[in-house]
Amino acid sequence: MNTIPTDIDAQPNRFGLPADAAAWLAVGVIMVVTLALRGQHAWLINYPKEWVIPVADWVNVFMAWFIEAFRWLFRAMSWLISWPMEAIRITLQWLPWSATISVIVTVAYIAGGWRLALFSALALFYMVVVGYWPESVATLSLVAMSVPLSLCLGLFVGIAAFTWRSVDRVVQPTLDLMQTFPTFAYLIPILFLFGFGPVVGLIASAIYAAPPMVRNVILGLQRVAPEIIESGQMSGTNSRQLLWLVRIPSAMPTIMIGVNQTIMAALSMVIIASVIGSSADIGWEVLSMMRKALFGQSFLAGIVIALLAMVMDRISRELAHRGPVDHDAQASWLTRYRYLVIAIGAGVGFVVLAQFFPALGAYPKEWTFYPAEQLNQGVNYVIREYGSTLDAIKNNTLFYFLLPVRVGLENTVKPFTWGFDLTSTFIAFYAAGVALAAVLAGWQWNWRASVVVIILGLIYYYGTNGIPWAAFIAMTVVLAYQVGGWQTGLLALLGFGFILTTGTWVPAMRSVYLCGAAVLISFIGGSALGVWAARSDRVSAFLRPINDTLQTMPLFVFLIPVIMFFQVGDFPALLAIIMYAIVPAIRYTEHGIRSIPAHIVEAARAQGCTKRQILWNVQLPLALPEIMMGLNQTIMFGMAMLVVAALVGTKGLGQAVYLALNTGNVGEGFIAGMSMALIAMIADRITQAWSSQKKAELGL
Amino acid sequence: MTQTEQSSQDVKLSCRHLWKVYGENPKQFFSNGATTKEDREKIYARMLETSHIGAACDVSFDVHVSEIFVIMGLSGSGKSTVVRCLSRLVEPTVGEVLFDNIDLLKVSENELIDMRRHKMGMVFQNFGLLPHQTVLENVAFPLRVQGTSKAKRNQRAREMIELVGLQGREHAFPRELSGGQQQRVGIARSLAVEPEVWFLDEPFSALDPLIRRQMQDEFLRLQKMLHKTIVFITHDFLEALRVADRIAIMKEGEVVQIGTPADVVMRPADAYVTEFTKDVPRVKVIKVEDFMRPPAEGLSESAAISGDTTLEELLPRLAKSAGPVAVSNGAQVIGQVTAQDVVTALASAETGDTAGS
Repeated sequence: MNTIPTDIDAQPNRFGLPADAAAWLAVGVIMVVTLALRGQHAWLINYPKEWVIPVADWVNVFMAWFIEAFRWLFRAMSWLISWPMEAIRITLQWLPWSATISVIVTVAYIAGGWRLALFSALALFYMVVVGYWPESVATLSLVAMSVPLSLCLGLFVGIAAFTWRSVDRVVQPTLDLMQTFPTFAYLIPILFLFGFGPVVGLIASAIYAAPPMVRNVILGLQRVAPEIIESGQMSGTNSRQLLWLVRIPSAMPTIMIGVNQTIMAALSMVIIASVIGSSADIGWEVLSMMRKALFGQSFLAGIVIALLAMVMDRISRELAHRGPVDHDAQASWLTRYRYLVIAIGAGVGFVVLAQFFPALGAYPKEWTFYPAEQLNQGVNYVIREYGSTLDAIKNNTLFYFLLPVRVGLENTVKPFTWGFDLTSTFIAFYAAGVALAAVLAGWQWNWRASVVVIILGLIYYYGTNGIPWAAFIAMTVVLAYQVGGWQTGLLALLGFGFILTTGTWVPAMRSVYLCGAAVLISFIGGSALGVWAARSDRVSAFLRPINDTLQTMPLFVFLIPVIMFFQVGDFPALLAIIMYAIVPAIRYTEHGIRSIPAHIVEAARAQGCTKRQILWNVQLPLALPEIMMGLNQTIMFGMAMLVVAALVGTKGLGQAVYLALNTGNVGEGFIAGMSMALIAMIADRITQAWSSQKKAELGL
Repeated sequence: MTQTEQSSQDVKLSCRHLWKVYGENPKQFFSNGATTKEDREKIYARMLETSHIGAACDVSFDVHVSEIFVIMGLSGSGKSTVVRCLSRLVEPTVGEVLFDNIDLLKVSENELIDMRRHKMGMVFQNFGLLPHQTVLENVAFPLRVQGTSKAKRNQRAREMIELVGLQGREHAFPRELSGGQQQRVGIARSLAVEPEVWFLDEPFSALDPLIRRQMQDEFLRLQKMLHKTIVFITHDFLEALRVADRIAIMKEGEVVQIGTPADVVMRPADAYVTEFTKDVPRVKVIKVEDFMRPPAEGLSESAAISGDTTLEELLPRLAKSAGPVAVSNGAQVIGQVTAQDVVTALASAETGDTAGS
């Protein structure tokens, strides 16, 4: 928990200003001075190359030595793992599709009944019919291998962290780092250590997918009711029995949530790992089609990924919800294991049948239904018919929102974009407008709101690129300190210090700009939808399955539709990020408002509040901590998507990581990945501290 | 106190000057080991200064063989801490816990596990059942961890399940049972190893009043058969009076009074205890043996009553007979009571005077 700073307002200094307002004044001074001097001193804007600390080179030197020294070890591990992996892959590929599907459908039936079985059957059958079964099976076999590894790893690290405080102290920050570390960045060192091949994807996904398991194991073990543990102790368990017979089984519901998340993360990473192009799996299919601009094809393959994700998610989630089942000792062997018998029977049956009906073994090519061309034509038709509208949307967003946020009004307002040149009259009007808004905000709320308005106004005018780094760091550190105390302030200072001195400031600001813009839209739009969903059950019921689906999708999938209609660049990336990051904003807002105790709302209604008054004066203030957590998650989701968005040609840290992956530069990859993780962590700490501060103020 | 009435070899479990202090460095208060009443006041003052909390403060009592010893107190009085110290679920700060004259605080971890496996059973307020196991598996669990064979432990578990009247529900899971049924499972489990000492930590507090009443009767029925040595924790004074042979009343970590239910009701130790006794119907608590006189010569045994008859049960008998009613222990007449005695006993109980003696 972050410490909540005491009320600093209470102690005005000798200027009669509250200490935290004085800090913002200082930030303002730094801003004005650096902006005034930027003409003469370019280093205020562009951190000089000569000052860069060559951390990337150091990392490279170290890695070169490390790889030289330990390559044999990792190669041996890689060789060892490749055997069971190949065995699983060959088995799954040898099995007739009909046999594999019947086994999976039986599992789906056990987990979730007829509906889930039918859904799984249709989803899997789609993969067969469009002819992507071999690729799907390749992906499936990687997941099937990496998930058990990941679960074992997660279980044992989780137990160790739960048992020993010292382990926990190392594990917790590591988890924080791992969950904010960009996905591509995982691949670089693994690629180096383990060499090319599907093993890289396997190991990367096993490591990447372990943190949710670790977290849920720790959480589950901590949450076991003390009475259950005491009853175990009084039954005379020793410590080993207490762990394996009492603690872990009692924590199983929470651990199963971890299993579900781990499966989804493993799938996501297996798909992402296909960018190294070492396995003929479905992720590679999407990517290579995307690169060839064959959108219909990549769309059909993308649906396979989406369906795989949904089937895996539903089955593992339903299995998690299913309570323990008693094996009545009186029942016969056959009734006890009837599902196992059915699954094996169906599997073997189809293997045998496939010998007589080859179509059940390898689906005949001429029966496939692959409407890629028709899709392409459809998309082309839409682009032909509505191209001007699509362009208008794209250009307006670019000219009036994205470009100003990136390079500032001062570089955007040109006859080509806004239709006129930037004149001093326009600047004066703009400044007056911002000043008026700031005064109004101060009058309506408080001086903090004015500060927010002024900062937004400055960013819009100078752009994230044009704000001097010193002013930006000062701003973030002051905010972090005031919200989260000195630890958060220090993290912000050191974090941005690292980014600045390692020479990644420019791409970092590029990432901040794109992610910030997407988060802003997602947060505002998502909160509004969340409010609507909280007030209407019908809207809520409509949004829930959409949110569920969006949240289980591997990040890759989001790129396909935006690329189809808007090609490459910042705008399609923005849309992709919003699609993914809007979900937590909706969910947390709705949950926050819906979980306000009914009696408080009733009391407000009894006092004669209108619906609008209840929303603004009761529901939103009380839901604020939860809404802030929604913002937190929106930022985290946005950062995660930002990396993947590098594939559609955005610039910034994501692109830096991606380039490092392609050129095999471990040092650059580490710096860029670390910078991204640091930005995410700072944003995470600030929003979390803010949320818990609000929570404490409300006495929740 | 009544402790002296029974010989010391009857003592099954006792604690001596038991302290449990929570805080940064709880051991600091007990360097010299002495704990007289005066020291206690000093320790409290120092604990307050250093923000330590005394959950159990200088607690001493004996529990006799086959006795139901109730520890009663409001929430935060330290009663749960004390019962956990007795089974070493909570490690006491200082003091002694003697189980068959063995200091439980000095035994090794393995010996402790062994004692829990064979000599102790415990029932919990919120049942503490393992959610992933059936009723049968839950009840058999203490035997399973000892390494008893499956056939043997299941047989024993079935017996216990029958004892608490849950036959037919062996294969149900805890979530499928009502609160009362779950606590029956808890009771069956705690009895599966035939413990010598039976701890019950607010066993009926989570149940509805009607069910609670049933379970108390059930509990008393079981004890009539089993004669366990029992430490029973409750915050319900009436429940304490109903089930107890003796009651210890706790307040803010200290024991303020130990005595039989009639002792506590008729001779409350201080204003705090008096507060509890105010609404207690005397006629239900006071028993004949609490105020009977030595029998007159030649009193007929034919219509004698037993010593544990409550006033409530006695009154109709007195209404029918003109003279004194004989009290018998089953073999011979041990005392007598008259209508006047009853009135005196009730009157003294109301005013708090010492009665009869």
